[in-house]
Amino acid sequence: MGLDIFLQHFLNALQWGSFYALIALGYTMVYGVLLLINFAHGDIFMVGAYIGFFIATFLLGIGGNSFAIPSWLILTLTILGSMVLTSGVGLTIERVAYRPLRERGANRLYVVITALMIGLFLEYLNLSLLGAADRGFPELIQTDVYTVGGVSFTNVKLIVIGLSVIVMVALEVFLRRTKIGMAMRAISYDKVAVPLMGVPMNAIIAATFVIGSSLAALAGIMYGSAYHVLSFDMGILIGWKAFIAAVVGGIGEVRGAMVGGFLLGFIEIFVVALGQVPGFEWLSSTYRDLVAFTVLLVILTVKPTGLFGVARRQKV
Amino acid sequence: MPMLQIKHLTHYFGGLRAVYDFNLEMEQGDLVGLIGPNGAGKTTIFNLVTGAYRPTEGEVLLDGENLVGMRPHEITTRGIARTFQTIRLWNELSVLDNICIARASRIQYGLVDSILHGKRYWDEERQIKRRAFDLLAMFGLDKEAHEAAKNLPYGEQRKVEIARALATEPRLLLLDEPAAGMNPGEISDLMEFIQQIRRDFNLAIWIIEHQMRVIMNICERIKVVDFGETIAYGTPEEIRNNPRVIEAYLGEEAFDAA
Amino acid sequence: MKKYYLPLLILVLFVGIVGGSWLHVFNEYWQLVILFMGINIVLTVSLNLINGFMGEFSCGHAGFMAVGAYVSSILTVWLFADDKIFGPPVLPASWAIPLFPVILIIGAIAASLAGLLVAIPSFRTRGDYLAIITLAVNYIVKSAIENMEVIGGPRGFVGMKRVMNNMAAVFDAPWLLIWTFIGMLATIFIIRNFMSSTFGKGIEAIREDEIAAELMSVNTRRLKVIAFMLSCGLAGLAGGLFAHGPGGYINPGTFTILKSTEVMVMVYLGGMGSISGSIISAIGFTLLLELLRPLGTYKWVVIPLLLVVMMLFRPSGILGNKELTDVFPKLRAIFGAEEENYAHAAN
Repeated sequence: MGLDIFLQHFLNALQWGSFYALIALGYTMVYGVLLLINFAHGDIFMVGAYIGFFIATFLLGIGGNSFAIPSWLILTLTILGSMVLTSGVGLTIERVAYRPLRERGANRLYVVITALMIGLFLEYLNLSLLGAADRGFPELIQTDVYTVGGVSFTNVKLIVIGLSVIVMVALEVFLRRTKIGMAMRAISYDKVAVPLMGVPMNAIIAATFVIGSSLAALAGIMYGSAYHVLSFDMGILIGWKAFIAAVVGGIGEVRGAMVGGFLLGFIEIFVVALGQVPGFEWLSSTYRDLVAFTVLLVILTVKPTGLFGVARRQKV
Repeated sequence: MPMLQIKHLTHYFGGLRAVYDFNLEMEQGDLVGLIGPNGAGKTTIFNLVTGAYRPTEGEVLLDGENLVGMRPHEITTRGIARTFQTIRLWNELSVLDNICIARASRIQYGLVDSILHGKRYWDEERQIKRRAFDLLAMFGLDKEAHEAAKNLPYGEQRKVEIARALATEPRLLLLDEPAAGMNPGEISDLMEFIQQIRRDFNLAIWIIEHQMRVIMNICERIKVVDFGETIAYGTPEEIRNNPRVIEAYLGEEAFDAA
Repeated sequence: MKKYYLPLLILVLFVGIVGGSWLHVFNEYWQLVILFMGINIVLTVSLNLINGFMGEFSCGHAGFMAVGAYVSSILTVWLFADDKIFGPPVLPASWAIPLFPVILIIGAIAASLAGLLVAIPSFRTRGDYLAIITLAVNYIVKSAIENMEVIGGPRGFVGMKRVMNNMAAVFDAPWLLIWTFIGMLATIFIIRNFMSSTFGKGIEAIREDEIAAELMSVNTRRLKVIAFMLSCGLAGLAGGLFAHGPGGYINPGTFTILKSTEVMVMVYLGGMGSISGSIISAIGFTLLLELLRPLGTYKWVVIPLLLVVMMLFRPSGILGNKELTDVFPKLRAIFGAEEENYAHAAN
């Protein structure tokens, strides 16, 4: 594998890892605050992508003819609109399905099952309403291909990677500098004492769902822009994997989710890439999932708390 | 050889020294108290002895056998049982089940018997149940045998916890603040009760308690720890007059009350 | 007298179901529904051991089901069918009748060994660790099968139909239904007896407070591994039965997380730690799936909604952690015979 090809795959891995990382963040934040594995989160990603799709086609429909909305505005409106609406979906799910169960003191695992059901509901509602045919995500930005020293990449790829990094840095700042962010971290550290300190739990939980859903929506639009194909089940596999990435990074740890997401992206891209290298042809791309999950399992076996997780002593 | 011998027991939580060079010897039938201000490391010592934590250094010898490194159930099987500072019963299970399960290590039948329920299984299960009922009767709890543990009043839950510990057939019983949350009348009963089980079960008892009345009246010897270190060891009379102990407890009312 | 009620009830059910199918009182569709009910009972009751009684969260039951399904069908096809890959049958077809249950058990053992592999790393720490490992294992199993071209890879594995036809040719009986019925009974018997033993109740103690269980002399690690292997083994049994169903065909796509989710739903719907709850919900859920079939894809819109709403009203499932005999004590006359053995101990 020459350096140029390597860099090519490296960029692909960064992009692919961005999706995992952004989704994993939503998993890890909800888990940190509620100890809930929000299995509907992968489908929130799907919802975000579809909402983005509808907003974009709507705006393009107008803009293409008379109003001529500039493409950067369409992109901004699509992203913001989808983030807001998807947050609404996430919040609604929390209010209608999760919170009542919590307040009734249901076993935690019942909330997890409810999350699984919400996920199924979203997938099949989409399938039933929109049909099984994939949707083509419109081209929001004119794709330009650049070639530098044998490495070719598109502006979309750079935007995806750049935007993800910016968002993650912003999140990190938010969690460390703002009151709400600090409250979130405090709750994931001590679930008993912090709510007693006058921290408004429901507001914090709502904020967590809003942030998680917005990030998923952003990932959805980026995914659409990069691959142009949306389907009702696009969130399932990517969601499960992002969850595992979050755990590998150390569930409840924001940095862990980022690292876990990128790590998974790298493993997957490079397994496929390696299969094209002479001598490694046996490594067919169908081994991708097998290798990815096995590597993650090995990491977890060696370090059960995940890469960034800290073992908490169980009090006796 | 003493029954229990603790040598140089030391434990660090990360960089924090929780217990340092703790030593103790106990014989069968001894009743020893362990006191000290909050956070002095008393419960940590119990956790180290029962295997819940693994000590950084030191040895815990039961009849000469080193228990360090064993898993908690192995230590319990060898004869050390305990209760907890905050009650840790299996809440959804019946009182009877709480007692029976504590006999897990004495079960002789295997997995196959536990599924096929042959004669050997029934012989043993009946015996487990009978012993459990005997124990509950001793504590006056046999009427509540089929009640879920969580439904019992606090004082009775404390008793179930002691009964559960006794069901493991210990030779050494560790009681972690058994009088917590009890009123003076209940405490008097408890003191009576602790001495009675010591006689009936021929036990050594080691007790952490903040109620000085309990410690001063029933313990033969008392160990005082502060910041993980032993600051005094002696009879109740010696402890009462020890200046270091008085200093450690300065400002705490408990001592004057006793 | 009372102690004959339960065997009698089982006999009536057996004769009704098997006889009814033999004489074609039920058409093939209803035989299939009954078959799925039986398999779902095996899956649900076995998963309840882990997700209900033990309070851990295993979400890869379908993976272990797949191991049992593939191992047992490879064996039956190799031994008793003319197959492209495995060649002519190794043994005469008449042997299939006595050996079929043996092969099912071998499939179950294979699945429980797979469970052992998972259990060793997963039970070192508590929490949602098992959820992640089982999730990953479910994918690994599926992906591994997809990559094994010998057994059909992603296209799936066929030939079980010929095995069943050969068995029926030797002696015409609804063999699969018979063994599903027996497998279901065995599963209920195993889990019920195990969980009523003091040894097995340690599992519930683990759910309630694992540290206290360990400190009260329960060998928690060993018990968890035993329970997990038992549960996975029974999932493998269900897989073996499923693989020999009327389709005569299995593929890795059958054993996805969606299948695992279905089983989890049945467990929590019935109630964590309730065997009768699991049986009721497995039967009810199988029927519900069939009843809503005309809805097409909307079926999976309606079912999750129904379940979410139901959770809001009964946040601990149909029976919670109770058994049917706790809710209707009169049923003890039928199902409670064994408990009388304790009567002598109680006085």
